[in-house]
Amino acid sequence: MMRRNGLRAHNHPAWWAFVVHRVSGLALALFLPLHFWALSTALHGAAALDGFLRFADRPLFKFAEWGLVILLALHMAGGVRLLLIEFLPWSGLRKDWIALSCGCGVIAGLAFALALLR
Amino acid sequence: MEHAAQAKRWYWQRVSAMVLALCVLVHLVTIVYAVRSGLSGEALLARTRGSVAFAAFYAVFVMACAVHVPIGVARIAEEWLGLGSCAANAAANAFALLLAVMGFTAVYAMVTG
Amino acid sequence: MPTLRVSIWRGRTEGGFVDYDVPRHESQTVLDVVTHVQRHLEPSLAYRFACRVGMCGSCAMTVNGVARWTCRTHIANVADGDRLEIAPLANLPVVKDLVTDMRGFFDKWARAKGRFEGRRTRDDDFARVDPASPARKLADAGIECIGCGVCYASCDVVAWRPDFLGPAALNRAWTLVNDVRDDAQRERLRAVAGDAGCHACHTQGSCVERCPKHLAPAAAIAGLKRVTARAAARGKL
Repeated sequence: MMRRNGLRAHNHPAWWAFVVHRVSGLALALFLPLHFWALSTALHGAAALDGFLRFADRPLFKFAEWGLVILLALHMAGGVRLLLIEFLPWSGLRKDWIALSCGCGVIAGLAFALALLR
Repeated sequence: MEHAAQAKRWYWQRVSAMVLALCVLVHLVTIVYAVRSGLSGEALLARTRGSVAFAAFYAVFVMACAVHVPIGVARIAEEWLGLGSCAANAAANAFALLLAVMGFTAVYAMVTG
Repeated sequence: MPTLRVSIWRGRTEGGFVDYDVPRHESQTVLDVVTHVQRHLEPSLAYRFACRVGMCGSCAMTVNGVARWTCRTHIANVADGDRLEIAPLANLPVVKDLVTDMRGFFDKWARAKGRFEGRRTRDDDFARVDPASPARKLADAGIECIGCGVCYASCDVVAWRPDFLGPAALNRAWTLVNDVRDDAQRERLRAVAGDAGCHACHTQGSCVERCPKHLAPAAAIAGLKRVTARAAARGKL
């Protein structure tokens, strides 16, 4: 029998950064084929693309898009942190970059929301 | 042999990540700009149709995605779904092909649409 | 006299927490508490310790959910009010109560080629290694590991991939990769690359957070990732 760790063992910033990176990466990976498929409707002309865009122009889709924009920003900034950890001389777990990544997520979320509301 | 392949996968995922970091930054700005000016099929295509810059940038973006994404997804499949590494890597290769084909189709559609 | 309500894991393959009331003292450590229970309340309680001063690495347990050296952990710093929970280390088979079977942990050090392989004989002169050289500094950064298993017990990848060598073994390998006297570099790089080795690490950082000696196995693993990828690119892995 082996015991497994619970939340108390996991509860530190670098572990949460890992969870955010993994969940955002997975969500983006699942979204990509859909995204490509939607844009491919342009093969059938501007009207077809427009048809899809109008179909997607409803609150639930906008909310999902907003979430994906935030996840993309989080995954990018969190990924830069991992690259810094792996390729530059060791300087701790770079928790300053975890904070910065959160900032990137907030900025991207606000920018997208403001652009939508315009 | 397999550990050398794994080392190379790690390397390519990191190299593609460096490319993607720049692409994503540009893409996020583009998204906000496009949404601000209202999303309509004609408005989007008017900017992308025949644009070499658009085609080149997004071709690089798609290629980097096709390299980067499946490697990460394979690790998740191994660790969270208990898939064997052979099955996970085979599925990853198929997913890479799918992303590349679908991605290039999308870029082609936006440039010629 | 104030008391501490301590829940201690009892059992082997099956088990559960049993509560004990232990007198609270100033500057009391978790190991003091376990020892009190074993000497006064539950003589059959199994646990491991030797030095009591953070040198031997045998007394690591899971204290309030987090892997720690019990000998260097003050109750005042970990008790949740008057409650304390003590369990064996995670990710290792439980032998009995608070004792885990650490064979798998140490076998992985051997699999990671964690043993120094010298090429000099007694007839050769001493190797001269500049303590200020970059390689020696990298080796020195990880050399103080005493093999307590705290990082191994804290790592998710160990739980997800049973063949993963783990932070301690990879940290040990990295110190030898940076040892200019060592003659088994290629075999070692082969041993630490791939799914069971450094490339499985996701930099969750629990090893760095929990290491009682403030070492950074994640730094060693990042170094191994770079060196093994370079070797693989040159066809030397």
